[in-house]
Amino acid sequence: MFKTEKAKLPALLEKIGEARDLIVPVLRCGQVNFELWERESQADLETLKTSKSPKDVFFPQSETLYSCIRDGKKISVKAEELRDRPFVVFGMKSCDVKALEVLDRVFLDEPADTYYQARREMGTVVSLACREPEETCFCRAFGIDCAEPEGDVAVWMTDASLYWKPLTEKGKALTGLVEDLLTDAGESELDEEKENIRSVCDQLPYMDLSLEGWNPESLQEKFDSPLWEELYRPCLACGTCTFVCPTCQCYDIKDFDTGHGVYRYRCWDSCMYSDFTMMAHGNNRTSQMQRFRQRFMHKLIYYPANYGGMYSCVGCGRCVSKCPSSLNIVKVIKKFAESSGDEGRGGVRP
Amino acid sequence: MSDATTRNGECSCGKNRQKDTLVPAVGIITDIRQETPDVKTFCVNAPEGGKLFSHMPGQCAMVCVPGVGEAMFSITSSPTNRECQEFSIKSCGELTNYLHTMEAGEEILVRGPYGNSFPVDTELKGKNLLFIAGGIGLAPLRSVINYVLDNREDYGTVDILYGSRSAEDLVARKEIEEVWDKKEGVNVYLTIDRPQDDWKGHVGFVPAYLKELEFSADKTALVCGPPVMIKFVLEALHEMGFSSRQIYTTLELRMKCGIGKCGRCNIGSKYVCKDGPVFRCDQIDELPDEY
Repeated sequence: MFKTEKAKLPALLEKIGEARDLIVPVLRCGQVNFELWERESQADLETLKTSKSPKDVFFPQSETLYSCIRDGKKISVKAEELRDRPFVVFGMKSCDVKALEVLDRVFLDEPADTYYQARREMGTVVSLACREPEETCFCRAFGIDCAEPEGDVAVWMTDASLYWKPLTEKGKALTGLVEDLLTDAGESELDEEKENIRSVCDQLPYMDLSLEGWNPESLQEKFDSPLWEELYRPCLACGTCTFVCPTCQCYDIKDFDTGHGVYRYRCWDSCMYSDFTMMAHGNNRTSQMQRFRQRFMHKLIYYPANYGGMYSCVGCGRCVSKCPSSLNIVKVIKKFAESSGDEGRGGVRP
Repeated sequence: MSDATTRNGECSCGKNRQKDTLVPAVGIITDIRQETPDVKTFCVNAPEGGKLFSHMPGQCAMVCVPGVGEAMFSITSSPTNRECQEFSIKSCGELTNYLHTMEAGEEILVRGPYGNSFPVDTELKGKNLLFIAGGIGLAPLRSVINYVLDNREDYGTVDILYGSRSAEDLVARKEIEEVWDKKEGVNVYLTIDRPQDDWKGHVGFVPAYLKELEFSADKTALVCGPPVMIKFVLEALHEMGFSSRQIYTTLELRMKCGIGKCGRCNIGSKYVCKDGPVFRCDQIDELPDEY
């Protein structure tokens, strides 16, 4: 465990940013999002949540997979180069770091997605503890502790100091780069800070949301529930929830014809869209109710069924604050809990 | 954190890494057969000759024409075909319409094979087999039928029931009449939906003909065709005493990646591209009703 003065943060970022590609939350046009650091960047590590999750550092919103050129009857294919330059992403919160684990299970499962895999190998994650979690946060419901973030290096920022704790070999390598700025610190110096963070969490309304009953065994029962018909109605099918979500991983593969050749690129897609499952011979999800149900069944039942019980939600709360119809996973979970007929089970604990 | 993050900062991977599975190989169309007015069979090879890959009966591959589209097709040829891979494709959408305008000698992109296969070397071995197909649904079954006929001693009786809208719409008719029907221990039953002058065979829908034929329930059935045909065939088979464990079919949903990652072709927690396309009916019975 190391520390430095909080005032040294700009120097710390500069030191990293000069040696590696550094990706940090930056304020631009009133929104804070992760982007490549430059000397004049307005890095913002105070804002709790970036508008978009940092998933596109590893799984970009749009990326070329390969390009092809047609020459008469012949076609040549050139695969896009994989990321081979190390980079650092600084300031990921506990929930967003956990979300990488959710994405890893999908993308690194055989056959691995080599584009994603290369970025995971090249990237060093510096996480940042949350000082003041907000009302929309519910990471604790998924067993995540925002006072104890994971990653390659964990960082805490108190009023006066910045604490730095390398957690992996990659984290130790990065520590070597900035050690001039750091001094030794004791683990116990952070006890009070962590307690403060956790006591803020205790006050938040969704933190202790119960997921009881959401397991692979209840797949058919949940799928057949009449509640979906009621819940989906305000949904506009805009797909905002899927785009701000740190764990949504659905993608499309499309063509961009330059006139001289074709780029085959992949981009984020959304199960909320009516053409998502449409093909020449039909569509197996023709109603918005089915598409709405798919999203939540995937996060709470299908994903856990495939990946050892782990949920595909980390409680970051972005969908809670961004949905124009105030629909979200918390509402879904609470609605099911309310109608389970047993007051003591599910929903928000008193 | 996962294993992927345990590697140290500086490394030069990417240089010698194998190409991503999403990046296709170039294939050349070496022959095209007009099967029916709207179905053509495309034979595809590697540009330098030989097959693009080896596959098992029932598996699929992604076929792409850059600038037009990419879709999953079942591989129609049997692995015992040493020459090429064949795809029987019905013209019914943007990509398939374009493919129908292509000529032998033109190149396309292919990646695969994807998905599971009919359990030809395990569960189906030694069994009496009943193939039931409708229309273009013969495409995936043709792969298994030829595999079975080329390894004839490994299987029991073979009955093939195949129906289409009209005599002209029967895919692979020449092969059916001149090869399959002439093999010992193989019975072929053809039917068309409506009577026509040059047709002396059976007329009527596949499920009705199936009931007329009164097969004994000691067989294993492999069913493929339009969803409505499958529905009534399954009902008929159950009436005839077949259990769900004796029936295999294939499912088809929209796909983009083919490897269970793009999130499109799931039914419940199963992905048709990777857990399918072949399912035994008792496995399908456990899926939520969304296919």
